[in-house]
Amino acid sequence: MTTPTTTVRATAPEPRPQFRDLLAAEWIKLWSLRSIRWTFALSAAALILFNTNGVLADYRNWPSYSPQLQASYPAAGYEDIFVPSAAMVLMLVTGSIGAITVVSEYASGLARTTFTAVPARGSLMAAKSLVVAAATFAYGALVAAASFAVAQAVLSGRHINLSIGHPGALRAVLASALLAPVCALIGMSIGAILRHTATTMVTTAALLLLVPEFFNERHHWTAAIAHAMPYLAWQRLWRLDELGFPPGIHYPSTATEAWIALAAWPLVAVPVATLVVRRRDM
Amino acid sequence: MIEVNELTKRYGSTTAVNALTFTVRPGHVTGFLGPNGAGKSTTLRMILGLNRPTSGTATVGGRRFRDHPRGLRHVGALLDATAVHGGRSAYAHLWALARSNRIPRHQVDEVLQEVGLANAARRRIGGYSLGMKQRLGIAAALLGDPPVLLFDEPLNGLDPEGVLWVRGLFRRLAAEGRTVLVSSHLMSEMENTADQLIVIGRGELIAAESLTEFAARGTGASVTVRTHEPDALAALLTAHDALVRPDGEGTLNVAGLNAARIGELAFQHHIPLSELTTRGASLEQAFMDLTTDHVEYRAGESR
Repeated sequence: MTTPTTTVRATAPEPRPQFRDLLAAEWIKLWSLRSIRWTFALSAAALILFNTNGVLADYRNWPSYSPQLQASYPAAGYEDIFVPSAAMVLMLVTGSIGAITVVSEYASGLARTTFTAVPARGSLMAAKSLVVAAATFAYGALVAAASFAVAQAVLSGRHINLSIGHPGALRAVLASALLAPVCALIGMSIGAILRHTATTMVTTAALLLLVPEFFNERHHWTAAIAHAMPYLAWQRLWRLDELGFPPGIHYPSTATEAWIALAAWPLVAVPVATLVVRRRDM
Repeated sequence: MIEVNELTKRYGSTTAVNALTFTVRPGHVTGFLGPNGAGKSTTLRMILGLNRPTSGTATVGGRRFRDHPRGLRHVGALLDATAVHGGRSAYAHLWALARSNRIPRHQVDEVLQEVGLANAARRRIGGYSLGMKQRLGIAAALLGDPPVLLFDEPLNGLDPEGVLWVRGLFRRLAAEGRTVLVSSHLMSEMENTADQLIVIGRGELIAAESLTEFAARGTGASVTVRTHEPDALAALLTAHDALVRPDGEGTLNVAGLNAARIGELAFQHHIPLSELTTRGASLEQAFMDLTTDHVEYRAGESR
């Protein structure tokens, strides 16, 4: 065998790795999927319609409301900004979008290409989390703001004036907007840990929507678990304080506890998922 | 340069890769050959830091690949052409990869041009044929203009024209001084693609040598030689312990010496040759013989 004459290749100088490159790449990946764009657009329209329908029911039935019920407005009107069924759909949609962003990479094997391009897996997961959180927060904020505007317009027809300055109104809108990134990051983390599409979807939906059904606020210990659930935390922040608590809630949480519950989910889920992704064979 | 040293990967009680040691040098197309399940993909994944070895090391250019924060300028890899998101266009797929490594946009256009996908780049990958996906995977590997390239079964699904193109591309990349490692489970694919071979079976190294040397190993290895002086050549080769059989007018079938050695001897003795061909079947045969031996040897070994 002859010894090969190898020309020494001058490798192109490598620019210093920057985190914003990963953010940009994840941003491109998210928006280059037609299915994601459609899911965002159609579900946003559907959610605004849900909420519009809720507030229109108030508008139509207003004349038949008892004087006692009418007296509970405008405070009660703020609940029509974002109806519970819309919150549930929002959780399901954003949880699924978050899950899809990682599961689609694992299921197809694309994750290997991604991690070969970016061996710094921790940075990659952080970038993906930020992009998913930013996109879903914008989505949640748009839906919540639009729903508020619609409710304001509709109820003013009955001379009920809603104002974002009303105590608790901004909190309700903000909680509804933030529910989206919280659920998306939970879905993303479950996806990164489970890697399997169907299992991830079922687990995410069950955790977000089914589990809260099992825990009421009648007993101290069930209330403690219930308060940790994103859906019930949202409900706590959504309802104006002046309305008090509905019957059956013996151990209500405070608004601060509800904010902590919402924040704790992504702050625990994302690092755990990142740790798993960093250590696991691909 | 890829250096694999005592690389071992165990999954529970099964050993996928066992104390594998080899070096892949720049300037060559090196074939990475082994039957299905021999541990080729596991080895490639360990080289790329996707899987952690149980023991041993794998380095690229003297460094663990995993220690690079960004990879595309160091190693270009095509692991599985079907591992793409069908909903994305080829352009978006490549642009996202490029962007993560701060590779300029014009590089995306260049690699698309290079692999012949420029006109299909805006179409969704879901509608691509396997051959087009292979081209896209090769484009992704070329994005960072890396000194080391790994291709896992890149010829699958390519049409004859595509196979020719890929072979030419690999040879050109090697000629540019890059390290090119191409895996396959088919000897026939490697025959006209690689000049160096690393053969593994059941996770263990069987051979690491040039294609010519490897061909000479097979029991049925033979070389077809054509000359005006068959008698003189036959006598010469027989004197060098070759087994020579006449095979038609002016043609000899030689076993026991490789083509390079035969050419050398003929040249030294001024016997002009009009043809000197290593018979394809012998490579396939050498591969089969070696891997079969290995399997038998392994099966007899107590563990």
